[in-house]
Amino acid sequence: MAKKPTKKKPEVETTGHEWDGIQEYNNPLPRWWLWTLYACIAWGIWYVIAYPAWPMIEGATSGYKGWSTRANIAVELAEAEAANAEINAKLASVELASVAETPELQAYATSAGAAVFKTWCAQCHGSGAAGAKGYPNLLDNDWLWGGAIEDIHTTISHGIRNEVDDDARYSEMPAFGEILETPQIDQVANYVMSLSGTPQDASLVAEGETVFMDNCAACHGENAQGDIFQGAPNLADAIWLYGGDFATIKETVTNSRYGVMPPWNTRLSEAEVRAVAVYVHQLGGGE
Amino acid sequence: MTNYIKLIVLGLITLFALIAANYARDLAYLVNALTVALVAAGLFLWTLRQTDEPTRHVDLSGEYMDGVVRAGVVATALWGVVGFLAGTFIAFQLAFPGLNFEWAQGFANFGRLRPLHTSAVIFAFGGNALIATSFYVVQRTSAARLWGGNLAWFVFWGYQLMIVLAATGYLLGATQSKEYAEPEWYVDLWLTVVWLAYLAVFLGTIVKRKEPHIYVANWFYLSFIITVAMLHVVNNLSIPVSIFGSKSVQVFSGVQDAMVQWWYGHNAVGFFLTAGFLGMMYYFVPKQAERPVYSYKLSIIHFWALIFIYIWAGPHHLHYTALPDWAATLGMVFSIILWMPSWGGMINGLMTLSGAWDKLRTDPVIRMMVISIGFYGMSTFEGPMMSIRAVNSLSHYTDWTIGHVHSGALGWNGMITFGALYFLVPKLWNRERLYSLSLVSWHFWLATIGIILYAASMWVTGIMEGLMWREVDANGFLVNSFADTVAAKLPMYVVRGLGGVMFLSGAIIMCYNLWMTVKRSPAVEATNSTVPAE
Repeated sequence: MAKKPTKKKPEVETTGHEWDGIQEYNNPLPRWWLWTLYACIAWGIWYVIAYPAWPMIEGATSGYKGWSTRANIAVELAEAEAANAEINAKLASVELASVAETPELQAYATSAGAAVFKTWCAQCHGSGAAGAKGYPNLLDNDWLWGGAIEDIHTTISHGIRNEVDDDARYSEMPAFGEILETPQIDQVANYVMSLSGTPQDASLVAEGETVFMDNCAACHGENAQGDIFQGAPNLADAIWLYGGDFATIKETVTNSRYGVMPPWNTRLSEAEVRAVAVYVHQLGGGE
Repeated sequence: MTNYIKLIVLGLITLFALIAANYARDLAYLVNALTVALVAAGLFLWTLRQTDEPTRHVDLSGEYMDGVVRAGVVATALWGVVGFLAGTFIAFQLAFPGLNFEWAQGFANFGRLRPLHTSAVIFAFGGNALIATSFYVVQRTSAARLWGGNLAWFVFWGYQLMIVLAATGYLLGATQSKEYAEPEWYVDLWLTVVWLAYLAVFLGTIVKRKEPHIYVANWFYLSFIITVAMLHVVNNLSIPVSIFGSKSVQVFSGVQDAMVQWWYGHNAVGFFLTAGFLGMMYYFVPKQAERPVYSYKLSIIHFWALIFIYIWAGPHHLHYTALPDWAATLGMVFSIILWMPSWGGMINGLMTLSGAWDKLRTDPVIRMMVISIGFYGMSTFEGPMMSIRAVNSLSHYTDWTIGHVHSGALGWNGMITFGALYFLVPKLWNRERLYSLSLVSWHFWLATIGIILYAASMWVTGIMEGLMWREVDANGFLVNSFADTVAAKLPMYVVRGLGGVMFLSGAIIMCYNLWMTVKRSPAVEATNSTVPAE
């Protein structure tokens, strides 16, 4: 930058004005600057002829290239749709359980399902599908409503306990705070904790078992291993949807829980629902 | 006599503010009403004590009004540190969300602090710098004292009150949710009053100037003041839900509202942060370099081109939205044509130094001004490039935009302001020189490296997330979830925060240096009489 002025005449004239000691040279406009400005203007004139630009009384000029953002995105979407139309039709029609037998279909469904999952499911279940409090972990083999691919598909299609879909999975645990006395709830909570080997107050376990058999076993089973037909969780393992500590279990028993999942068959195509079912099924816990 | 009118007005304001506080519908409005009541009551008492006291009449018309500029310099430095601190803190909040403390939810979480940061740096730091330097420059280059007597003081204090009302409002949740125009209706009305007073002072001084011509810096300042008034009024057209509440409803809706907002938003950049600061550049660079401005012709051409073209460029903020294609084209074309008019200022600034390049070695203040012009040139190239639809489809909504804004704000606006402050403080406090040039060098390097860390990390993370968002596999399916892109940004967010720490440290060093200049540097005789240049 510190190039010495070589071919310059000794000094350009100033305009002769002065403000607080500041003068101004009368240098001409730099040529490259001027020509770049002209080039930009020329480009601009071409651009407003080629592309939608001039607002008229009804709509704007569309430009000789006929370019439009909305038309472009429609074309792109149609192309993507057409490219996958055949395999989507196949995915939507074959026996779900047989998808895994066709490697090509399985691979397609897995990557499609992953994209759907990341867009629609990750908000609750996490982008790695490990779940969160109140949102089931989909990586393990502990299923509330069944882990066979058809079960998963039904759950995704119709959702759980929503008021939109008549075929939604439905069950409701009573709020035992209105049925049992507080000491009984403490007892049964300790009994439940004993099933998974969680440290508990052993003196309450025996009474808790009685309470459990009288009130809980109908759904959760006498061995407390749950029932996927009623969506009753297995209480004998160390996997908890809301938490396995005393306070949380007591809260669950007292107030019950009512987790909701929307039906997805209204927003996603059958092929997409099936794809996400395949994706979830192959995460590790599918049966 | 005027004191009695003042007393009546201040008394009424106090009364109405207290009534408003009594009926306040929300906390932000309550706090703002009490603030106004306190200020008005304080002024009432102060005026009362002065009333009917004998006054000395001194003719000050032969002297520049520098008190208000001194106050503006102090305010600029203080608000600068506040704004940089807020920015650095929210940068770390983004990197480490745990800094959104549970106990501070509702007033110091990211959402509340972010407008505090942007307004503090743009309007409190930048605005005070513009008001203070414009008052200084217009007096020197017009060889006239500020017009309107104490009106300049009204502008200064009125502007500070606006800042305090806006800032407390943000923290307590009053916002009209328009970027860079968050303050609610009553703060907007107050700013309009202050701004018109500012226009009157500035224009009045130009009208009574003793120089035959209006210096180029004043064209830029004047275009900034007038255009900001227009932008502010139109973008803030709204109807309050209640006169006793902070909430208001915008007059425009839907895409019209978005278009008005970005017409405002982009020209806040164009006229507040570009035209106004070019005014600053056109005075302080030739003064510090002690060289004539490079080209009068270039200054006049690029001035008119800049202000004519900038005003149309706003729609490029709304590419690929509900905005019709033709409007997006308009914004893009004008943004591209704007490239050279913007660079006219850079050329004139840099070429003013031709014949004085050796000063870069010895004068860190000149170095600061030069690098600020460099960042100006870089971001006014980057801006038109990002306005191209194809580029924008990658850059929009990413951190690239944040990086672009900060290379302009920290590099251009920050550095030229620091340069102006280093120039002004010895002059305003009649000191022979700055306390320490080596501290200026420290400031220079800390700030420069800080900006580079900031801009570079935002380029990397912006382009990365743009590419991650659009990444698809062989079947056309998205590869990344949004959370994946957020997780991938962490290292760059930490680097950005460190850049902020460096920039903030530099500013604190500057405050110390300026303070010591006033306290310790040898005094010289005052030279603030209004004598026209020969």
